Amino acid sequence: MASGSLLWKPAGFSMLAYERALANLAIWTGYGNTIKLVAGGIVLNLTMTIVAAYVLSRRLVLWNKLLMQFIVVTMFFNAGLIPFYLVVKGMGLMNTLGALLLPFAIHTFHLIILRTAFLSLPAELEESAQIDGANHLTLLLHIVLPLSLPVISVIVLYTAADKWNMWFIPSVFIQERTLYPLQLVLREILLNNATDNISYGAGVGEAAKIGETIKYATIVICTVPVLVIYPFLQKYFVKSALVGAIKG
Amino acid sequence: MNRRSIARDFKRNKWLYALALPVVIYYVLFQYLPMYGAVIAFQNYTPMRGIWGSEWIGLEHFHSFFNSYYFWRLLGNTVLLSLYSLLFEFTAPIILALLIHEVRSRYIKSFVQTVSFMPYFISLIVVSSLIKDLTHSGGIVNLVYTWLTGGDGQDMLQQPGLFRGIYVLSEIWQRMGWESIIYAAALTTIPREQYEAARIDGASRFRQMISITLPGLLPTIMVMGILRMGRLLEVGYEKILLLYNPVIYETADVVSTFVYRKGLLDNDWSFSSAIGLFNSAINLLLLLSANALSRKINQNSLW
Repeated sequence: MASGSLLWKPAGFSMLAYERALANLAIWTGYGNTIKLVAGGIVLNLTMTIVAAYVLSRRLVLWNKLLMQFIVVTMFFNAGLIPFYLVVKGMGLMNTLGALLLPFAIHTFHLIILRTAFLSLPAELEESAQIDGANHLTLLLHIVLPLSLPVISVIVLYTAADKWNMWFIPSVFIQERTLYPLQLVLREILLNNATDNISYGAGVGEAAKIGETIKYATIVICTVPVLVIYPFLQKYFVKSALVGAIKG
Repeated sequence: MNRRSIARDFKRNKWLYALALPVVIYYVLFQYLPMYGAVIAFQNYTPMRGIWGSEWIGLEHFHSFFNSYYFWRLLGNTVLLSLYSLLFEFTAPIILALLIHEVRSRYIKSFVQTVSFMPYFISLIVVSSLIKDLTHSGGIVNLVYTWLTGGDGQDMLQQPGLFRGIYVLSEIWQRMGWESIIYAAALTTIPREQYEAARIDGASRFRQMISITLPGLLPTIMVMGILRMGRLLEVGYEKILLLYNPVIYETADVVSTFVYRKGLLDNDWSFSSAIGLFNSAINLLLLLSANALSRKINQNSLW
């Protein structure tokens, strides 16, 4: 309850703000888009990163060293926002989920962590599997991946958190409101004070006050799921911070 | 490397090279193509004419940026904000880790850790909106600040002198717990016997912290510090974009936010590309010198 003056005691209990916040369709489409974004990001980034790390961790491949240099260079030099924007726009990705997924399909840092993990597996495993006639697919799926699950779970968590929090890139590439991920919907409600539509129907003086409580109800609706999941994942996050620390 | 060994390698590893293809395509399209596109910094680029048809003007955009009124303001703001972060944001997690390390009860320890991590998982949008509400006239932070300084209770994000403080403090609040994990992990590697020996010699707990805990933490602090130095010009511009407004540009506007406004809001593609390129070049220089420094001190570089 927001009231005119500062009170030390809640002035009653009301779920009106939650009802209004939950009745806001934009939040549900935002949730939907964000879930698509997170799921798509995990599938795409994981596939690309695993494939890249697998190739780069094979010994006795002539061009691997060159390929690695080709990739690492991009960590040092970044072309800047504007050329990147023009490239993505030029590919016709404006207003598509692709603009939020494809340009970020591989985080070079994640790739290096995973490659290091793959390289730390004993070479004999790979050799004996190959003598038994295993091809790359079997080797990857039945030996390399099961032995690297901890690092992979860390990358999944990082990617999920990344995509969940994404707002700047969507604000640049997504103009169509039905495609807004949750964070952009939140920005409209919280920072541009666009609660007028939601508090519609309340009296004129009431609208501002209800608008304020709707803001907080919206924060709760959009933050609580993460904060509820997080303590269960905490140990993985701790592990991930340490993985990050080892290799800078 | 002769032609036959190339052919033999290709025959043996053809599936691996096939797998590498999408990876190479990704890097070409989204990393190298923008680098190529950055040449528009040396042009008067118009989308109609494209990169091939636009007029080349050499370093003109760089000249006009260096000579503009904005140049020193942007550079000063970026470096100052970074230095403040380096000074305070960097030391806060170390202090927190030391304090948590001194807590005896395991339950209180893990409770404090969980609570101090929590802000890291709140999205930037929500954090920024909370900062705005708290520092707005009538917000609790604003009330306390007004009470302490006897000000007039004006919106704190409208006062240029307060922006850096608000930015750095909120960064500390959000990241301190998270960043203390690394130090906490390093602390677990200090042998228990050292503390026991010190206790027998009659060292106080404070003395133990200064003489055992802190030296044990020093290598980690060094590595983290060097890494941080390499990112000196990378301020969290996404947060600044959410918090700043034209009234406080004189302290809040940094290179990246300026690039964003010039390029994406004013569509001044070439000029903003030039500034972005300048920023990347400085970052590269800082990263390389930080690594050289680390190689000297630690005898091992970060890559």
